[in-house]
Amino acid sequence: MALLPLSLPFAELEVGHHLYWQIGNLNLHGQVFLSSWILIGALLALVVVGTRKLDRDPRGVQNLLEFMWDYLRDLARDQIGEKYYRDWLPFIGTLFLFIFVSNWGGALIPWKIIELPEGELGAPTADINTTVAMALLVSLAYFYAGLSRKGLRFFELYVEPTPIMLPFKIIEEFTKPLSLSFRLFGNILADELAVGVLVYLVPLIVPLPVMLLGLFTSAIQALIFATLAAFYIGEGLHESH
Amino acid sequence: MDSITSAASVVAAGLAVGLAAIGPGIGQGSASQGAVEGIARQPEAEGKIRGTLLLSLAFMESLTIYGLVVALVLLFANPFAG
Repeated sequence: MALLPLSLPFAELEVGHHLYWQIGNLNLHGQVFLSSWILIGALLALVVVGTRKLDRDPRGVQNLLEFMWDYLRDLARDQIGEKYYRDWLPFIGTLFLFIFVSNWGGALIPWKIIELPEGELGAPTADINTTVAMALLVSLAYFYAGLSRKGLRFFELYVEPTPIMLPFKIIEEFTKPLSLSFRLFGNILADELAVGVLVYLVPLIVPLPVMLLGLFTSAIQALIFATLAAFYIGEGLHESH
Repeated sequence: MDSITSAASVVAAGLAVGLAAIGPGIGQGSASQGAVEGIARQPEAEGKIRGTLLLSLAFMESLTIYGLVVALVLLFANPFAG
């Protein structure tokens, strides 16, 4: 359903318009795949270029990559702990980088240049399917971390400190991926819609501060998703919790 | 969609965001108050406090975003549209 009845030269507010790819019985949202492939390609290219010729004192892209690695390592180490963070750093780092690049790519790359028969390219994280998939992966990782480390004693987590907490802890297992995915999806979609509405009202200059705010919040959302994922995994791993 | 359903959906979408903004607004206010007091008492800890504050503000913000998601579902993917 289109929100605004006019056809606009600058902005179109589209929610729920997709480029459908039919594969078997599945309806895939093609524009999400296309934009995430482009962004993953860009990310891969950056990493490959940055690690081609490694220097002892890093310069240019290598310096940037080392800075990102330091940042992600600190993030994972703070939440998971010195002992196990190495195993989970690739997962957390991939989540952070993908979400960050998706959010910023969706806002910064002029996707309108690429014409699609239906729907429009944008941040892959503005589609609920992407965020739900990532949130479920985090849940899987959490259970895997806990079960592989402690076996069935992992489930003692549910009755600590008292068994009264058992129902709440079980409900929490379902609300964790729900809130993770809705938080990211809602924030990114809200940013896009707020910018869209402002561009519709005043096409020049006025939307710029809101766009900057959107960049800021989407970076924070990537940080939050990664932090929470690391926190949940750390919770599954630790004995003290 | 008949007119009653669409009218009710629009009102409910407005209320969803509006009501969902009350609690997080109060929460963010008191969180910022705490952060400002902390910085005033210990200016050297500003960086750490700011990081934690931004993170917790974003958590509270997401409560409003849940309301927004409900509003968006009502507007764009209304299950009662028929």
